[in-house]
Amino acid sequence: MNAAGFPLLSLVTWLPLVGVLVMMSVRGDEQTVATNARWTALWTSLIVFALSLVLWVKFDKADGGFQFVESAAWLPQWGISYKLGVDGISVLFVLLSTALTPLCILASWESITTRVREFMISFLILETMMVGMFAALDAVVFYMFFEGVLIPMYLLIGIWGGPRRVYAAIKFFLYTLAGSVLMLLALLAIWYQVGSTDMVTLLAAKIPVAMQTWLFIAFFASFAVKVPMWPVHTWLPDAHVEAPTAGSVILAGVLLKMGAYGFLRFSVPMLPVATANMAPLIYTLSVVAVVYTSLVALAQTDMKKLIAYSSVAHMGVVTIGIFTVNVQGISGALFQMLSHGVVSAALFLCVGVVYDRIHSREIARYGGLADRMPKYAFAFMLFSMASCGLPGTAGFVGEFLVLVGAFKVNFWLAGLGSLGMILGAAYMLFLYRRVIFGSITRDDLRGILDLSAREVAVFAPLVVLTLWMGVYPSSFSGFFDAAVNAMVDHHHAAIDSTTKLAEVLPR
Amino acid sequence: MNWTTALPELVLALSGMGILVFGVLNKRDTFQLCSMLTVGALLLAGVLVIAAPVGAGFNGLFTNDAFSLFTKLLVLTAAALGVVVSLDYNEHANLRRFEFPVLMLYASVGMMLMVSATNLMTMYVGIELMSLSIYVLAAFARDELRSSEAGLKYFVLGALASGLLLYGVSLVYGFSGSMDFVKIAGALADPAKSSTGLVVGLVFMVAGLAFKISAVPFHMWTPDVYEGAPTPVTAFMATAPKVAAMAVLLRLMASPFGHLLAQWQQLIVLVAVVSMLLGAFAAIAQSNIKRLMAYSSIGNIGYALIGLAAGTANGVRGVLFYLVTYVFMTIGTFACIIAMRRKGRSVEGIADLAGLSRTDPVMAVWLAVFMFSMAGIPPFGGFFGKFFIFTAAVEQGMWILAVIGVLTSVVGAFYYIRIIKVMFFDAPAEAFDARPGSISFVVAASGLFTTLFFFYPAPVVAAAEAAAKVLFH
Repeated sequence: MNAAGFPLLSLVTWLPLVGVLVMMSVRGDEQTVATNARWTALWTSLIVFALSLVLWVKFDKADGGFQFVESAAWLPQWGISYKLGVDGISVLFVLLSTALTPLCILASWESITTRVREFMISFLILETMMVGMFAALDAVVFYMFFEGVLIPMYLLIGIWGGPRRVYAAIKFFLYTLAGSVLMLLALLAIWYQVGSTDMVTLLAAKIPVAMQTWLFIAFFASFAVKVPMWPVHTWLPDAHVEAPTAGSVILAGVLLKMGAYGFLRFSVPMLPVATANMAPLIYTLSVVAVVYTSLVALAQTDMKKLIAYSSVAHMGVVTIGIFTVNVQGISGALFQMLSHGVVSAALFLCVGVVYDRIHSREIARYGGLADRMPKYAFAFMLFSMASCGLPGTAGFVGEFLVLVGAFKVNFWLAGLGSLGMILGAAYMLFLYRRVIFGSITRDDLRGILDLSAREVAVFAPLVVLTLWMGVYPSSFSGFFDAAVNAMVDHHHAAIDSTTKLAEVLPR
Repeated sequence: MNWTTALPELVLALSGMGILVFGVLNKRDTFQLCSMLTVGALLLAGVLVIAAPVGAGFNGLFTNDAFSLFTKLLVLTAAALGVVVSLDYNEHANLRRFEFPVLMLYASVGMMLMVSATNLMTMYVGIELMSLSIYVLAAFARDELRSSEAGLKYFVLGALASGLLLYGVSLVYGFSGSMDFVKIAGALADPAKSSTGLVVGLVFMVAGLAFKISAVPFHMWTPDVYEGAPTPVTAFMATAPKVAAMAVLLRLMASPFGHLLAQWQQLIVLVAVVSMLLGAFAAIAQSNIKRLMAYSSIGNIGYALIGLAAGTANGVRGVLFYLVTYVFMTIGTFACIIAMRRKGRSVEGIADLAGLSRTDPVMAVWLAVFMFSMAGIPPFGGFFGKFFIFTAAVEQGMWILAVIGVLTSVVGAFYYIRIIKVMFFDAPAEAFDARPGSISFVVAASGLFTTLFFFYPAPVVAAAEAAAKVLFH
């Protein structure tokens, strides 16, 4: 229970399942069921979003701790409880999840024509899992939601995906599962060591230095796959290319953030010494990701694949920021996560718009859309610019802060990291030029229609968010400043005490 | 001599005889009626088990404690569900004979005897009563070649395993001077008395029991017998006897041989590792779903053995808990397999499930739940089973075992999600016949248990904990 005595987070987490029950109870012919499922899913997700806005309004920005905490006995004999709560780091991701879900449902309004009810059910279950994952304050509850995400996502890719959907779905599932089971062992080890699975207790606990490296590796196996970091990113292009538009949107917008969120929630605060020791490895992998996947993106002929590789590069910037463990770096990483959640989601929606019309994702298939689709060209341009970090858009603030943080650590780190921004501009502009500019060469493009009212409704909130985050970032960063400061202080205090201990101990 | 401790077994055995007489004297077809009577007798025995007095009886041959209570209830539940899934199958497969449920009933009596045994002789008699009933059940479709082959194979190999077990029993008796669990434990308390001969006897006994739980390297019979036996018999064999044999193994290792932990631990670790590996890799290539389930059960037993290998109360708690989730997942899956029938003929290929989500969405969803659960994906029951098992291994610092366990579970996940792929992603094949009510009931009951378990796991976990503590006082 929170101060108001109202289990808001539980409501936001579990309400989508009520929508699922409603959908399952509908009888009738396929058309009725489909229409009903669409509207039920949309209204459910809108109500959930409206409820989650209470978090935005009522959240106390000055408080660096957990708020809206509620807990209930679950397995009392073992100290495992059902505990939810948000702090500055997680609250915006809860909002991101609840905001993107209705947009995804709206975006798949017409593009999903088969098994509509199952699609909407999977999507609402996915929403429950995502929100629960970000709100969980107990390690076991966290793990349940973290892995539970696999089930609806596996079905979304596998049932409504493209030609190689089966391969992509199984690859996605096994890659992620292999990582997470090692994390499970790490969580069990921490549980045994500390005697509690309550994350508030775990965050304050001191874990022996000897264990930290192993635990870090186990967590890394899980989160690095999820982020994804080079070289375990190969599931991502496959999953993105084959997934339906809404699946790609939620994958890029929220699911990739789960890995970075895991680093921030577990690795950095709980394992400070290992974090400090392993940071060079993470920097190396991240820089490789930024430079290499940007170059790979330049060579793509498939729009979705290009954006998928750009996601890997952008998430590389995020991991650099997290492991600088200074205020600028972590704030930048969080901001980059949010902006990437909005911008890459929007870019996948942009691909979805033309894919719905022409049924091709080949870049060479398009050209000259600016003439026929001015509204679309505007939206696509804004998001492309945001993706390459143009000042005034969401993408700039995060990358800038991360690079500032990286400069404090190492010049070359920042230098190579900024190379990613240049390459990012190159591939995004290249993509934009080939799709939007030039002259129309294909006949079916002459009759292509501009954004419909429904599509405008999908893009409008994303356009507003992109500009809002770029022009007035502190209305977002204000949420996590206190929490980030506390985390950085905690980290340095832990490192200092370990070094002091090492000096005191006889050699 | 306190004979009321064995009241549930006595009542169950007498009702078995009553049902048998009723079936023999009745001229009409009494299969359905006898089956329902058997279910009733099993439920009655369950109530009596709960009410039975705690303590030893029959001069220490037999005992009732929290451990036997827990495993007996599980065995009886599995047996009752096994009888229910056979109702419809036997009608269609022309196996309408009243002996069928009675044999399941007597197998259950044997299992109840096994889990309560505190003497090597009682244990052996229980195991043989169970095994003999199941040999007959496996060959029950006597006009069918596969079933006869399965029964014969199971009988020959099972007799060999019983021989091994008995030889082990005789060695243990010879070197410790007693058959009684408490006295053996007392004799072994002094490390000087644990002679090599005794350890050899222990190894033989573990080998005999490993056959019953189909752990590698005594698993060879499993795929053939699972495939050949009538499907309800397979469902029964995969659940209740596994629970009972595992319970015997747990009690045996923990109480009389508790002092020899160092000796049997390495044995169990080895068996667990090879079972998990074989279960994970050999199942990948299967195209028959019953064979796949055979390898899956070998793998599952491997996971359960991790808990025993930990050698602690928490480990045994994990095993018991694992068995609960395993029983429900397995019986549910087999109920789905029984429902795989086209124009009255059973089909068993994984490919026959193609597009089930279009032709029978309800069954597809439940089968997917069982598969996700077996793969250990939260929030389903199977996840909690693995969770408690790995907790025990981690507590004992058995890292290598735990890491092998989680990694083989990822390999195992591949073939489980492949079934989901076939059902949900592939183009629909011809629809199955309408599901009979009894099958739907079992599928839904075990599916609901597996799905909703996470809401309120505390009572089952607490019961498993109480049961495990008995063995480690």
